[in-house]
Amino acid sequence: MDPNLHRPMALQETPVILPGHDFETVTETIAEVPLSKRFPLGWLGIFLVALGGAGMLHMALGYLLIKGIGIWGNQVPVGWAFDIINFVWWIGIGHAGTLISAILLLFKQQWRMSISRLAEAMTIFAVVCAAIFPVFHTGRPWLAAYWLFPYPNAMGLWPQFKSPLIWDVFAVSTYATVSIVFWYIGMIPDLASLRDRAVSKVKAAIYGMLSLGWRGSARHWHRYEVATLILAGLSTPLVLSVHTVVSFDFAVSLIPGWHATIFPPYFVAGAIYAGFAMVLNLAIPVRRFYGMESLITMRHIENMAKIMLATGLLVSYGYACEAFFSWYSGSPHERFMMYNRMFGPYGWSYWTLIAINAVMIQLLWLKSIRTNTVVLFVISLFVGVGMWLERFVIIVTSLNRDFVPSSWGMYYPTRWDFMTFFGTIGLFLTLFLLFLRFVPMISIFEVKTLLPQAKVKADH
Amino acid sequence: MAHTPETTSALHGVMAEYDSGQALVDAARKTMAQGFTRVEAYSPVPIEDLNTIIHKSRTVLPKLVLAGGLAGMATGFGLQYWASAIEYPMNIGGRPLASWTTFIVPSYELTILFASLTAAIGMIMLCGLPQPYHPVFNVGRFSMASSDKFFLVIESTDPKFGGAAAFLRDTGAKGVYDVEE
Repeated sequence: MDPNLHRPMALQETPVILPGHDFETVTETIAEVPLSKRFPLGWLGIFLVALGGAGMLHMALGYLLIKGIGIWGNQVPVGWAFDIINFVWWIGIGHAGTLISAILLLFKQQWRMSISRLAEAMTIFAVVCAAIFPVFHTGRPWLAAYWLFPYPNAMGLWPQFKSPLIWDVFAVSTYATVSIVFWYIGMIPDLASLRDRAVSKVKAAIYGMLSLGWRGSARHWHRYEVATLILAGLSTPLVLSVHTVVSFDFAVSLIPGWHATIFPPYFVAGAIYAGFAMVLNLAIPVRRFYGMESLITMRHIENMAKIMLATGLLVSYGYACEAFFSWYSGSPHERFMMYNRMFGPYGWSYWTLIAINAVMIQLLWLKSIRTNTVVLFVISLFVGVGMWLERFVIIVTSLNRDFVPSSWGMYYPTRWDFMTFFGTIGLFLTLFLLFLRFVPMISIFEVKTLLPQAKVKADH
Repeated sequence: MAHTPETTSALHGVMAEYDSGQALVDAARKTMAQGFTRVEAYSPVPIEDLNTIIHKSRTVLPKLVLAGGLAGMATGFGLQYWASAIEYPMNIGGRPLASWTTFIVPSYELTILFASLTAAIGMIMLCGLPQPYHPVFNVGRFSMASSDKFFLVIESTDPKFGGAAAFLRDTGAKGVYDVEE
């Protein structure tokens, strides 16, 4: 059946894959990038810059291990700052990958296929960056093992299972593991394609080992499809649980501005919002510079912009709820927190956040904006900034002026805070560029299933 | 693997090549109708009907995943109960030691973790992977199976194997090849 049959006219204009592709051209276009000996000079340039960022991260973390966490700016009363802001920011960004590969798979959204590999890679690298912060904020990460993980250690100690921070350890480590497994399983048939096309013996051997000897037999595919569907079904509640549990870190506490039941859904919406912004920030340049416009079409770009708009509106609703709750609670502490958030010393961060996440995002109602990749790229960058500010606002403005005025204080990040944060962006880009170079960036076999060649009549 | 001249005659089966998924499915239907039993099809994309036509059985994977998930839940809950109530009881603000509601999140996460790992590892094991060597790779054209060609193999262990090559030529195959063991 023609997949366009039941779609509204507006969507029929841009197909998921532009015409002119068959199985061979799809394989060729995608497999050429990792198999080719040559790579664009621009890739090397950006890679070196990114690697410099990763080096800066190593420096910042190395100095942290020598001196201790005193080199960071967090200090009573703002005991949580960049470490948790950046953790929540990165882990939120990671959500888009699983949303695309799992939830959209369950909903049979075919446009997912061209961007799922890329988005899953982004998820894994974002989780890697996120994990750096909680691990290193312990100051002595080699001891964090028995603080965080339940294993029978010589001291007979066990973690405190009644604490959301431990729930977070379970949620994030499960999420990281399942994301990597899902990503790898999704790649096996494509690695077999690379194995079969590789000219160099070394590459054929490496991709051959990674593909585990995949043959694409009827039995293989049957089990593969069942496993993928199950993994998608399992990842869907998982991805929703991860940011929910992250929000518990705040919501289960009694700090004004954190102790709110709106937090779990509000955090999940924000995560998807920031995640799609990051996918757009990666996909827009990638499709341009690697000539993938026929596989990652305007349809994908526009759909992602629509999801960004929808989740952006949800997040704005969350801001309204927070303001309403603090007024309606009647609690002077809650009311003061909101007043301080809006008009206190960090008021600028609150209003910038509102300007980006509640006002600027309304531009995406316009089709001309959604289909203009340059404008969309810039908007997505701003969304990243906006979501970072959201976590800054939630964390810093709730802590800097607490119940007793004598304990109020300001928070100023140090250069090490910034080096660590920008360093993780460098690490993220480094990993992503390596992914683009060595792994098929678009799922070859999934895109093929969209072509007429793959269609088989249901019955004879 | 070095073959001595005597063993080169050992055949794994005969392989037919097709241009489209439709041709492969049609050929697979004819082959099964003809009474062949040791048949396998290879395609660059998943084709839903093929497994039903050829193997007529569904995988046990979903049941394994359910068992894995339940084991994960039991592990998660058991670990927390044992650590909090038996091994290291600690009074936190007078709350019960075995406050099961606080054990929900790690139990839930371990359910998903165990189930997912069962799904992934189970799929790989049930497929018999990793398996670096398989006779079908001896056919040069088979490297197209991951690109745009479709293949059907009748294995030499099939009781009716004698007429297999001649039969496959009549199914619209673009080529028929011997698959050496």
